[in-house]
Amino acid sequence: MVHSELKEYEDKLPPKILQEIEEKCPSSKMKKVVQKVYEEFLSAQIDAGEAVGLVGAESIGEPGTQMTLNTFHYAGVAEMNVTMGLPRIIEILDGRKSITTPQMEIFLKAPYNKGKDIREIALQVKETKLGELVAEYGLNIVDLKIELKLNMEKLNALDVTPAYLVKAVEKGLASEANVKFEGGVISLKLKCKDDERGLNALYRLKEKSKEVYVRGVKGVTQILPVKRKEEFLIITAGSNLKKVFELDFVDTDRTTTNDIYEIAEALGIEAARQAIMDEVFKVIETQGLNVDIRHIMLVADTMTVSGEIKGITRYGVVSEKASVLARASFETPIKHIINAALKGEVDQLNSVVENVMLNQPVPVGTGLPGLITKIVRKEK
Amino acid sequence: MSEVYLNGKFVGDIDNAHEFLQRIKQDRRSGALSTNVNLHYDELLDNVYVESARGRCRRPLIVVNGGMPALTDKHVKQLQKAEITWGDLIDQGVIEFLDAAEEENSLIAFSDQELTPEHTHLEISPLAMLGLVTGLIPYGDFIQSARLIIGSRNLKQSIGLYAANYLVRMDMDINLLHYPQMPLVQTMVHELTDYKAHPSGQNIVLAIMCYKGYNMEDAVIINKGSIDRGFGRSTYYRPAVAEELRYSGGLMDSVCVPDKDVKGYKSEHDYRFLEGDGVIYPEASVKEEDVLIGKTSPPRFLSNLEEYSLASNIRRESSVSLRHGEEGVVDFVCLTENEEGNKLIQVRIRDQRIPEIGDKFVSRHGQKGVVGLIVPEADMPFTASGIVPDLLFSPHGIPSRMTISHLIELIGGKSAALTGRIIDGTTFSGEPEEVIRKDLMSLGFNETGTETMYNGVTGEIFEAKIYVGSMYYLKLKHMVANKIHSRARGPIQLLTRQPTEGRAKEGGLRLGEMEKDTFVAHGASMLLKERFDSDKTVVPVCEGCGIIAIYDVFKDKRYCPICGENVEISDIEISYAFKLILDEFKSLGIYPRLQLRSKY
Repeated sequence: MVHSELKEYEDKLPPKILQEIEEKCPSSKMKKVVQKVYEEFLSAQIDAGEAVGLVGAESIGEPGTQMTLNTFHYAGVAEMNVTMGLPRIIEILDGRKSITTPQMEIFLKAPYNKGKDIREIALQVKETKLGELVAEYGLNIVDLKIELKLNMEKLNALDVTPAYLVKAVEKGLASEANVKFEGGVISLKLKCKDDERGLNALYRLKEKSKEVYVRGVKGVTQILPVKRKEEFLIITAGSNLKKVFELDFVDTDRTTTNDIYEIAEALGIEAARQAIMDEVFKVIETQGLNVDIRHIMLVADTMTVSGEIKGITRYGVVSEKASVLARASFETPIKHIINAALKGEVDQLNSVVENVMLNQPVPVGTGLPGLITKIVRKEK
Repeated sequence: MSEVYLNGKFVGDIDNAHEFLQRIKQDRRSGALSTNVNLHYDELLDNVYVESARGRCRRPLIVVNGGMPALTDKHVKQLQKAEITWGDLIDQGVIEFLDAAEEENSLIAFSDQELTPEHTHLEISPLAMLGLVTGLIPYGDFIQSARLIIGSRNLKQSIGLYAANYLVRMDMDINLLHYPQMPLVQTMVHELTDYKAHPSGQNIVLAIMCYKGYNMEDAVIINKGSIDRGFGRSTYYRPAVAEELRYSGGLMDSVCVPDKDVKGYKSEHDYRFLEGDGVIYPEASVKEEDVLIGKTSPPRFLSNLEEYSLASNIRRESSVSLRHGEEGVVDFVCLTENEEGNKLIQVRIRDQRIPEIGDKFVSRHGQKGVVGLIVPEADMPFTASGIVPDLLFSPHGIPSRMTISHLIELIGGKSAALTGRIIDGTTFSGEPEEVIRKDLMSLGFNETGTETMYNGVTGEIFEAKIYVGSMYYLKLKHMVANKIHSRARGPIQLLTRQPTEGRAKEGGLRLGEMEKDTFVAHGASMLLKERFDSDKTVVPVCEGCGIIAIYDVFKDKRYCPICGENVEISDIEISYAFKLILDEFKSLGIYPRLQLRSKY
């Protein structure tokens, strides 16, 4: 690429901007346009010494205080119940490993997203457990056997053959029971040492059999096919991005989850950064608040720079702070001071909080630049 | 079988609960049992609870038997002739008090028209559902209930004539209204409580209008002429107390004019009002810090006395002086003895409070306002007949608060002032608005209560008709004079060397964590440092070991407690609070080293 006029700006402007200029600008005006764009680009950049972090924190925190109580509710909409509002923001920014309402939006590839057989496709995603397919449990205490009478209607609806089911049960309970199948009834014979035999063991087996995995994607507890614009997609409660990506009808380009750790695992840390931004922005937007996306970008950046997700907590981002005094001023001061003493840490007093504590100018704004003059002595 | 509980304790079983309840009730009404007993039957648990303990909230109701109230015309006539009293009615079982639990088993009729044979009680008056103070608010049935509560709370804070013997009392923090009046629009409760004997407000002419914007957001504008005529004038009393305490070893405080060699002697000027006995004389006009009662105390530690042995003259100054920011006139001096037989001196200070900008005024309908402007009478708007309002109330205070009673009282007061007839505004049975309107009309006024008014400054006619009338206004005890506070320099705390907190200690206003953030966000680094300079100190630091060094003033030498004298010691400027935290680290066994480096 690169027009001759653009050459000198190659390392001054981002490639995307240069590309756009090249595509849209007639070459006769190229020079002037680039010059103007460069000026604009420079003035759009934030000045050195601007307290971006603090301004960002206040810009998210101030509307956050308004969010505490008047959480905006959806009423009567056929979508699933998702944590929104302040609890969700806290959850994201804390970098919690398990979130309260994991949810996926599964987009489908071209032939499948037209709505034909959408229920069947969705059912393939849903995790089916043995418990859902059993109509009746029969406990035979004498022989220590459990007889599971199957709900054939459900089996048919889910397109599960009894043979497949038996295999799944055998796999799931291989160590606990002998599995037999006769005339629509699966019988489980307790398999364990003599001294453990008894009613309790049988009950335990019964409860365990309910949880036996039959088919679908593990972790997906509910499904909801939805028509959005011209295509159908599946919204799920419960999330398992990696397994969903393995299904052949899934459009892996657009399918997402609200579980940031899963995104980091499946798609990498850059995607997780984007996910943090999207999720936080989504909450703020639905609350009718207005926060500049760049503040959220900064938060997402600090959470992900290290290559893994770190929450804004004393165990996450704050523990990475270089200054002892800054860490101590956040939470659990004594712990930080004592650990610092044990390690002989040195505080370089490079950041804001420490300098406020010592009553020194903070290295932000007017406190940042130092003035050095060369004193020339006149020789007589 | 029902279980019976007396004051929460199980006492026995009965076979027929309803019969039992009926019997107890009859005994209570006939006087065989105390009228303080209340019953409650819990149908679900089949338990009977009999209560006779104190602390239950109870209210009086008329007993109903078979749909007929026990209170008859005969009783009423006897009451009117004062042949019987309220107590007799209770004794006769005509009226009884129910607690919250017994109310649950009762069916109470609101009025005698709706009585049926099922009813057990009849409300004495719908007014009885309100408390004594809430009942004082006129037209309480034309106001939002929340405002009614605010209104009654305001009434409790209003300045009036709280007790007729105030001259011989030594109450703390007391206000007294100078020209109290009884309201023109009254309720039944005013009569019942003898409100005339302790009124707490004044009738003023009020116009609902804006004026230069100085009454926006709940502010009010007051006529200077009205203030000069005595509107809202009050006196504030506060006593100062001193006691001659006895200490161990026969030592004791002594009330006297302190000698000049007393420790902590103020200045001759401060003691100038004291008479020979060490107490200020009445009618002395005192300013802040002036001594009211001169007093000296023995030294704090007896051992010091022996060491110096400079006789007993090293007594401590412990006089009582007027607080910072206060002034007044000594009203009353009282010398007595307290329970322990110690000499007790009480000095009551009086301060006249003329309404000023910032004082709080309120109508009886929860419509509070702070004085925003005091306008010379000549500049106040006036009506066609020359009436000049005393107070201008903003129209924006009405719609959202829905205090219709405020508006009705306004025309009610107007009608009362013009006819010379007290208007009855009792809740649920007040004079109807139509009557007041008719009155106004017959007096030649606009029945809606509006009048043509003129701009007091330019004389121009106002395009809009202004709603004016007379109403009862209260001055609340919240006055700026007790709250105003500012500081540029002043006392600091001993431990942290930071400014003290609170008005009483002449403290500073804290620039908190979030306020600090705004400075940082603006990049105003130097301004932030300057703001936090309140506790800055210069401390010498040993460059060898990094610990804070010592400056010996007598030898004019600095030395390090660890490295000694032959080491480089430099001064650094830090906040005293940081020096303090370093000391705390040391006390924890942590060695904080300061590594010094030239900044430039």
